[in-house]
Amino acid sequence: MTLWLTLAVNSIALGGLLFLLSAGFSLIFGLMRIPNLMHGSFFMLGAYFGVTLLDNRIGMNFWAAALVSALAMAVIGGLVERFLLRRLNGQELPQVLLTLGLSFIIADVCLMIWTGDPWQPPTPDHLRGVLQVAGVYFPYFRLVIVLVAVVIAVALWLMVDWTRLGAMIRAGVDDAPIARVVGIKVSQLFTLVFALGAALAAFGGVIGAPYLSVYPGLDAEMLPLALIVVILGGTGSLLGALVGSFLIGFLYNFGQAMFPDLAYVILFLPMLLVLVLRPQGLFGRVMT
Amino acid sequence: MSAQQTALGVNALCKSFGGLRVTANVNLAVEPGERRLIIGPNGAGKTTLFNLITGELTPDSGSVTLLGNDITKVASRKRPHLGMARTYQIITLFGRDTIMRNVTLALLGLSQLRWNPFIDLEQEHHLVEAASAALARVGLSHIAERPLSQTSYGERRRVEIAMALAQNPKVLLLDEPYAGLSIDERRDVQKLIAGIPRDVTIVMIEHNMDVALEFAERITLLHFGEVIVEGTRSEVVADPRTREVYLGH
Amino acid sequence: MSWMNAPRWATGVAIALLITLPFWVGNPYYINVASQILLFAVFALALNVLVGYGGLVSLGHAGLFAMAGYAGALMLDAGHGHLAADLTAIAVTVLASAVFGVLALRSTGIGFLMITLALGQIVWGIAYRWQSLTNGDNGVNVTTRPAPFGISLASADNFYFATLLVFLVALITMALFVRSPFGASLRGTRDQARRMNALGYNVWLIRLVAFLFSGFWTGVAGLLFIYYNQFISPQVAALQTSAEALLMVISGGTATLLGPIAGAAIVVIMKNVVSAYVERWNLVLGVIFVAIITFMPEGLVPGSVRLWKLAWRAMRGRPAKAAEPSA
Repeated sequence: MTLWLTLAVNSIALGGLLFLLSAGFSLIFGLMRIPNLMHGSFFMLGAYFGVTLLDNRIGMNFWAAALVSALAMAVIGGLVERFLLRRLNGQELPQVLLTLGLSFIIADVCLMIWTGDPWQPPTPDHLRGVLQVAGVYFPYFRLVIVLVAVVIAVALWLMVDWTRLGAMIRAGVDDAPIARVVGIKVSQLFTLVFALGAALAAFGGVIGAPYLSVYPGLDAEMLPLALIVVILGGTGSLLGALVGSFLIGFLYNFGQAMFPDLAYVILFLPMLLVLVLRPQGLFGRVMT
Repeated sequence: MSAQQTALGVNALCKSFGGLRVTANVNLAVEPGERRLIIGPNGAGKTTLFNLITGELTPDSGSVTLLGNDITKVASRKRPHLGMARTYQIITLFGRDTIMRNVTLALLGLSQLRWNPFIDLEQEHHLVEAASAALARVGLSHIAERPLSQTSYGERRRVEIAMALAQNPKVLLLDEPYAGLSIDERRDVQKLIAGIPRDVTIVMIEHNMDVALEFAERITLLHFGEVIVEGTRSEVVADPRTREVYLGH
Repeated sequence: MSWMNAPRWATGVAIALLITLPFWVGNPYYINVASQILLFAVFALALNVLVGYGGLVSLGHAGLFAMAGYAGALMLDAGHGHLAADLTAIAVTVLASAVFGVLALRSTGIGFLMITLALGQIVWGIAYRWQSLTNGDNGVNVTTRPAPFGISLASADNFYFATLLVFLVALITMALFVRSPFGASLRGTRDQARRMNALGYNVWLIRLVAFLFSGFWTGVAGLLFIYYNQFISPQVAALQTSAEALLMVISGGTATLLGPIAGAAIVVIMKNVVSAYVERWNLVLGVIFVAIITFMPEGLVPGSVRLWKLAWRAMRGRPAKAAEPSA
């Protein structure tokens, strides 16, 4: 019984991290129509920035490190969009391959700087300990991850549904040419959303670091998860990303516990089902 | 209206996009060898009707018959094999290939050879000859080997027709074959269409009534997806409803 | 097509050079590099069927390549003979191609790319995590090479000749395919899928058959790979391998026969050279990818020619033409 509850808490925590990863991926996909194949790299590079800032030599506060890392990745993401992807405006396939090439560069540069050893920062002092409810222990830190993910999900939802920027993003997701005609600067929007996606992924990478640790290959593990979540939930849909993230979080942890050999493969099963039965994703609209 | 006699039958066909009715209970009965003109202002649902007839769109209700057989459930890719061919208003050709290859692809579509990965397509003399014949019919023999990207708009219109004719259809659907043509080019295409033998039934869409009147034996006037008037050329031209929805503009 | 239009003597000289290569190269290291180039050329030609002629960019072909390798290696490991192992490997790969194809062809373009990427990752996941089957990260050894008709392929020379033979068969098959009605049909679905459907073609089935064709030769290449390398590990199924194969196709120029072969040579030589000096192959791979896509989208060979002309004009002080006539 406790085992299952622990698994459930872990699942929700992983789901929260996956949401931070895939919300940006989904928005970028919805708006720019490309899967950003360097999204896993954003997550990993952000996490490496974070662990460096948390390291004894700098010793930054945990949340400050997460924010600084997210800001740094926002700048990097913005630059990539503005100076590389923009050159290939409208050519979706070359854009995708460009992000793929950049992901290899980032992976190797990270290996050069941070070596092949895993980095695992300690859980911040004030977040250690467990919450005891009815004889079951919940680690504070996992709960905090979930809380942060929920706060960010609500913030994103408020932004997309209630602000002018959100209205522009929705218009762009629906129909970029029309959005351009009605005077929305779609290209600036692209840069902004790409930067936002990078920042969210990096933020997720840092707060996930005490839990997942950071190591070479983390990017290649996270990217397919984002891909699955978005194929599951439907592109450009935040709700889809949220539901997909928690679904994958549960599947990953329970799969790991029950069929350790096949846990990774099990992750892809719902994606395959969705592809066969509902290709536009659970919450996606049919693109016409 | 006996299905046995009609070349192309459309029965109570309906189609909506979202809440918008684009085809509302349309009936057509085109006799073998007939020249039928479907007119209507832009947005009347003419091309949608064609797409429903060829199966590129699935109707919400109603049926389509070809030579007496119900083909409503037949996949669109199978309909050319049953004797239906069409042209597109927006030119849909193979821009990287020569005119000859474009027409060859039309022939190959009806040939079992299309699955063969071992033989040399250019050595299939019967295909080459049939393609040359189709090009001769539309007067493009002299530029058969020219890449499509180096042809004029009027020439492409004729390639569209050559491809449809090459398939030797029983029913030929022409979607605005005069669109964008100069007066001279239009005359050539008019002559070309007039020369198509009577064993081919032709249905033509045109929004400009004047250019196609001569061609038509019967005319169907479509407006907001509905058949407003149908009859012989003189009946439709004389009908006050035609004037109201169409000629008045 | 360019290969077919090249003068017959040029083709003859090229083949004569390839056949005599071990005699004038001598050093087994370089003969092995040549074998690598040929086997990856088979892989690249197979991928080019989809990418170049079908307009379907797969990022999951490493999965098929590795699946053939694993199936062969595991069969051999279980004590089966080479013939049984090879036939099983090809059958498994073609079957997997059918599954990949049916799922990925729910979509085209970017959707196709994403689904193949995800499917490739599944194979990687199985190779890496399903320890009891695949031995995980430790990989599987292939202790012997086959000896067809009693000729041992253990030496670099003999293995090279066997690889060359397979390569030539693949090349001839591809050359036939390119000029064939089926090749024309596939290119038609790439350029105007809707029109092809209206002309009576089954677009989906044409693409699926092309996928199987591509999968078959990918499987052959995968088998050559394990016999060459005598070892397979999950790294072979990783996204990097798919990306390398794709780089071979696009660097040489897609939808040509010579392109993927040139691309395979470029990538294999570069990988060997780079790996000999630094451990930064991924970095180099990424940089080349970005450079080609940004500056030479038409491929390295035509791209170099174009850039050279531009540079030449700039040096001569004449204004460079803004746009080349489009093909």
